[in-house]
Amino acid sequence: MKHMTEEELIAYRDGEGRGREAFIAHLNECVECRREMERVEAVYAALDAMPVPDPGEDYGRRVWQQIAPRLPEKRGNWRGVFFEPRRLAAFGAVAALVFLAFFVGRISKKHASGPEVTEEKVRERVLVVAVGEHLGRSEMVLVELANTQPEKGQKFVDISAEQKRAEDLLEENRLYRQTALREGDTAMASTLDELERVLLDIANSPDEVTAAQFESLRKHIESKGILFKVRVVNQELRAREKRTKPSPAQQNLGAKERNKV
Amino acid sequence: MRQSVENAGTAGISDAIAVERTLAGERDAYHVLVERYSLNLYRLAYRITGNSHDAEEVVQEAFLRAYQKLHQFAGNSNFGTWVYRIAANYAIDRIRQRNAEESRKALRGRPSEDGLEVELIAAVKDPSASPERLARSAELGARMKEALDALTPAERTAIVMRHWEGCAIEEIAAVLNSNSNATKNTVFRAVSKLRKALEPFTELRGTARAMGSES
Repeated sequence: MKHMTEEELIAYRDGEGRGREAFIAHLNECVECRREMERVEAVYAALDAMPVPDPGEDYGRRVWQQIAPRLPEKRGNWRGVFFEPRRLAAFGAVAALVFLAFFVGRISKKHASGPEVTEEKVRERVLVVAVGEHLGRSEMVLVELANTQPEKGQKFVDISAEQKRAEDLLEENRLYRQTALREGDTAMASTLDELERVLLDIANSPDEVTAAQFESLRKHIESKGILFKVRVVNQELRAREKRTKPSPAQQNLGAKERNKV
Repeated sequence: MRQSVENAGTAGISDAIAVERTLAGERDAYHVLVERYSLNLYRLAYRITGNSHDAEEVVQEAFLRAYQKLHQFAGNSNFGTWVYRIAANYAIDRIRQRNAEESRKALRGRPSEDGLEVELIAAVKDPSASPERLARSAELGARMKEALDALTPAERTAIVMRHWEGCAIEEIAAVLNSNSNATKNTVFRAVSKLRKALEPFTELRGTARAMGSES
């Protein structure tokens, strides 16, 4: 068996599971690789020997004393949490859509006599349009990140705008995901869940990242295939939107009924 | 009078409940989380930044940022993992900023504020060490500190999280905004660079051990 590379030795030391038995057998036989392994071990031993100063038993309390005066007041009670501006805006948007769907559904039911124009379909249509718009906005953030190419020699990339938009989309995404779960649309909930994780990653990134970090972020987004999934779901939603859209004949029928009244 | 977490009657509550109560405006609930995770965050931050001053700054900033973004967290994962990630991200920013400042001031090689740690290494590793070995361990510690400082922020964070904190590769990848393979490579590069920097020491030690094992 040929000698182990440094990378293999480090991977083994790091707990890499593949081929461990063969590896151990080789180490037992090969003095050279064993010496190499001990050199790697020596690095880890030196790392272990680096002490961390003890900040003291009351460190947690001291941290609290230092940060407590700088913590902005939360709203003070459950109403405060509920009425937190961003949450309220997102919740308001979804609630308004549900109400609109219900209201439009009632009107449609009263006036349209076509069998396919049901209250449920109208409600579905309004929600489908809203989620579609949300996915469209999320897609734009992902596409912008995917298409940004740092210039040659550029050390840092400012992603603060995308980060801010990702933050804004997060709350809305969470509400749509919960709605999808309640409605039993697990496929939609799963995509929104994946999207939420990626948005969270973007929102929690530093304002400015190095070109290498930016490349990693892009690859991370690509590896999750989230852009593709978002596009597929969005196309599906458009198709559903078309299916739930009343035909001109149904609309005319509804108008005739209203004229009779 | 010292107001302790115990007095607040919230010490035993779970992270999820503490987060919920904090969001409902109960500040003492956040106090619980701060006390619970401060020490772990400090260790992580110290190892990434290499000094107490920056580490303390990172811990405070991580808790402040977590508090501000708490409504986004809302029980998506473990609070400890989340705040840990915020701290690691901020620590990376901090060393990057410090490196930039230092290169501007051309003060490379400035002794660390925690320079005493070099001497401590010998005591920790071998309390019965002879003066020569003590000096040698001190030298090794100093070299290790230099070698850690010479790593890129990502490499340093990766080796700290992997070796000392025992984090999964995926967890580190999330902090570095990278994927698993690239993160494994980052850990490998870090160990390889440290090994090269410590070669004169590891060579002797490795040889001595190998000789010992063969006899």
